[in-house]
Order: sequence, then structure tokens, then C-alpha cells
Amino acid sequence: MFQTFFWAFVVGGLICVVGQIMFDVFKLTPGHTLSSLVVAGAILDGFGLYEPLIDFAGAGATIPITSFGNSLVHGALQEAEKHGIIGVLTGMFEVTSSGISAAIIFGFIGALLFKPKG
Amino acid sequence: MLEGQSTWIFENKPVIISTATVGGPFEANGNISDDFDILHEDLWLEQESYEKAHKVLFEEAFTKAIEKANLTKEQIQFILAGDLINQITPSSFAARTVGSPYLGLFGACSTSMEGLAIGAYITNYGGADYILTGAASHNAAVEKQFRYPTEYGGQKPPTAQWTVTGAGAAIIGKIGNGPQVTSATIGRVVDMGLSDPFNMGGAMAPAAVDTIMAHLRDRHINPSYYDLIVTGDLGQIGHEVSIDLMKEKGLNINETNYQDCGLMIYRKDQPVLAGASGAGCSATVVYGHLLNRMKQGEFKKILVVATGALLSPLSFQQKESIPCIAHAVSIEYGGE
Repeated sequence: MFQTFFWAFVVGGLICVVGQIMFDVFKLTPGHTLSSLVVAGAILDGFGLYEPLIDFAGAGATIPITSFGNSLVHGALQEAEKHGIIGVLTGMFEVTSSGISAAIIFGFIGALLFKPKG
Repeated sequence: MLEGQSTWIFENKPVIISTATVGGPFEANGNISDDFDILHEDLWLEQESYEKAHKVLFEEAFTKAIEKANLTKEQIQFILAGDLINQITPSSFAARTVGSPYLGLFGACSTSMEGLAIGAYITNYGGADYILTGAASHNAAVEKQFRYPTEYGGQKPPTAQWTVTGAGAAIIGKIGNGPQVTSATIGRVVDMGLSDPFNMGGAMAPAAVDTIMAHLRDRHINPSYYDLIVTGDLGQIGHEVSIDLMKEKGLNINETNYQDCGLMIYRKDQPVLAGASGAGCSATVVYGHLLNRMKQGEFKKILVVATGALLSPLSFQQKESIPCIAHAVSIEYGGE
């Protein structure tokens, strides 16, 4: 069990280090950093490399934003196999819908509890 | 009278007859909280938006300054004010409240001294008996406009500075008791090609140095003429860069008499990274803290060099560099 935690910590941490370097060294904006990591996750999954990373590091690979890119591509490929071209669209939404819904619902609750104007 | 390239000497020595400073919660916890006239516990100032709170900061500073000078609103002939918000609405809306004729200024964080310089010039030549001038900034309103929305919580590098929530106002009179405005040097726009909005101090330092050198050259004086030369909001990094630049240009400045408002307003343990910034920074520190120290006899002659970064959120997004400016005004009290 300790091993699982250890590798989740190391891999998750390394992904964050990459993000921090993009931010501090290459002076990317938070928006650019975020979307670059999403794209990186998507590309990795396109080559079939992200699933093995999840098997190895668990939450260390599923929690960082790269996992969102992975889910998009993963869902699209999965459904494309079953339903052809239309599955590319539905698949993307299917796998990522829980994440997006959670963002909307918790965002809504947050806005009710606090003053959302910045 | 014009002296040299860009310096006005005010022979009639207009007087700063009263000042008022207003601050927010972060300033109340800071280093010079005793020097504020009004402090607020809450950033919202009981308003619906930060922009409205920003306007209230200004209104309170204006009202307090008029009250401390024992004047009425009707006696204020002109208002010269500015801030950092789009179209300087907090200044204009606060000027609407006072009701006097108004000239809106934009010099970013150099606005405080831009206003004092122009106000002193007008008063010196008999253009007015009383002029109200001031500058203000509100941390959340300004950060939202220039950086990222506050609730977004974007990370900041250690070179970033903390925008002051505060307003400083002064009334310049033809005659009266108080510190006198003796000269002013108008700065030019200096752009060294820096484009990182999280390192404004570094970008502004060359402008500050340019104006200080111009002032000393025009008036044929040494830095030691002043008991204190103080820049507006260079912060830790900008302050060091400016000292290096002056050394490079052969100007040896005594580092104990060369300070920065952005390094005075907060305590060392407040999480402000490289220091304070914002139009309200030099306005509150000079019109509150520094004039108080002058009145206590600590300084007789000071030179205030307010520094401003003349960028807009749009120009930064379009990857333009940050042009900067600095205006210097000399204030004397209790001298010969």
C-alpha cells in the first residue's frame, strides 16, 4: 500500500513540477499552462501511454488536469469503436460529464454560500 | 518658472494646507497605520462592488481633506485626480460628489505627483486659491482589471507587488501654513522593453532614475540637497535596480536617504512579495506618513518621485512592452 501512495505522490508531483516550470520559466499564463497540460494528456492517451501511467500511479495520474485530456480522447476512441464517427462526440461527453457536472454543481453551491463577485 | 529641460521652480511656494488619507484592512495592519485618517476593516466598504468601494475611498479622502483645511466644498476651485480603473471612473465619480471643476489625470501610479505638480503650478501662477488633488487605488478592483479575477487565485511570482487599498488627497493653497511645494520635474516616458506585468518595479526603475537625474541636472544640485529622496512604488526589486542604475550613471546616492514608499507601508511579515504598488501607494505614504514626519521635524526637504507603469490589460495581452514614467516634486518644510 505504501508503494501505491509513494508513486502517486511522485508522479502527481512531477506533473505539477512540469506545470510550475511552464509557469515560472516559460512565463505561460495560467490559462495557457492549464490547456497545454490538457492537450498533453490527450496526446499521451492517443499513443496509449496514459492508461499505463494510471495503472502505475493511480490518483497521481488521475487527479492532475492532464487526466482530463486523457478522458476526452479515451471516451472518444471508446465510443468511436462502438458507434463510429458520432461516437467521437458522444464519447467525449460521456466520460467527462461527471467532472464537468461536478464543477458546475460545486461552483453553484460555492456561489450561493459566498459572494462570487471578484 | 522653467529651469533646465523639464523642471518648474515655484517661486511663490504653494502650500499643502491639508491632507487626508484613507486605507483598507491590509493597510490598517501595516507599518504606518497611525498615519491614516480613516481606516476600513472591510475591503467592500459596505458597497456592492469593489469599484464602488474604490469611489468611496476617494470621496472620504476628499471630504476629510476639505474638513481638515476648514474649507467648504464651494471654496475648492479645481480638482485634479486620477486612479487606475478604466476611464478613471472612481476619480470622476468622486469629483461629481464634490462638485468642483475637475481635470481627470492618468499617470498610473505616478498620478499623485502629477496632480501635485500641476496643482502647484496653477496655484503658483495665481490660477487658483485652493486646489484639491489626489490619487487612489483599491486592491481587489485593480488586481481584477490588470491581473486575473481575484477569485481565480492565480499564482504570483516573488517579483509581484501588492496593490494598496487607499486614497490620498491634498489641498494646495496659495497661502497658509504647511509644507511648501518648491519645484517639480515632469518625467518622460521610458521603455526599456520589459514586458512582465508581475515585475513592474523592475520596469519602472529606469523611469525613476531618468527623472531623478533630470531633476538634479536642471536644478544643479546633488542628491544630498534632500534629506530624503523617495520613489513611489518600485518595491524591493525595482529599488535595487534603480540604485544599480544610478551607480552605473555615476550618481552616488546615500542609500539611507533613498527609500521607496512601496517598502514603507506594510510590515515585513505581511505577504506582499516585493512590496506595495498602486496609485494609492505614494499618495497615502506621502500625504500621510511622510508629511507627518516632516511636521515632526525629521525631514526639511524631500523629493518625491512617483513612478507609474503606463500599460493597459489589452496592451499586455498583445505582448507590448511596459512604458513607464516618473514625476518628481520637491516638498520643503521648516527650512529657511
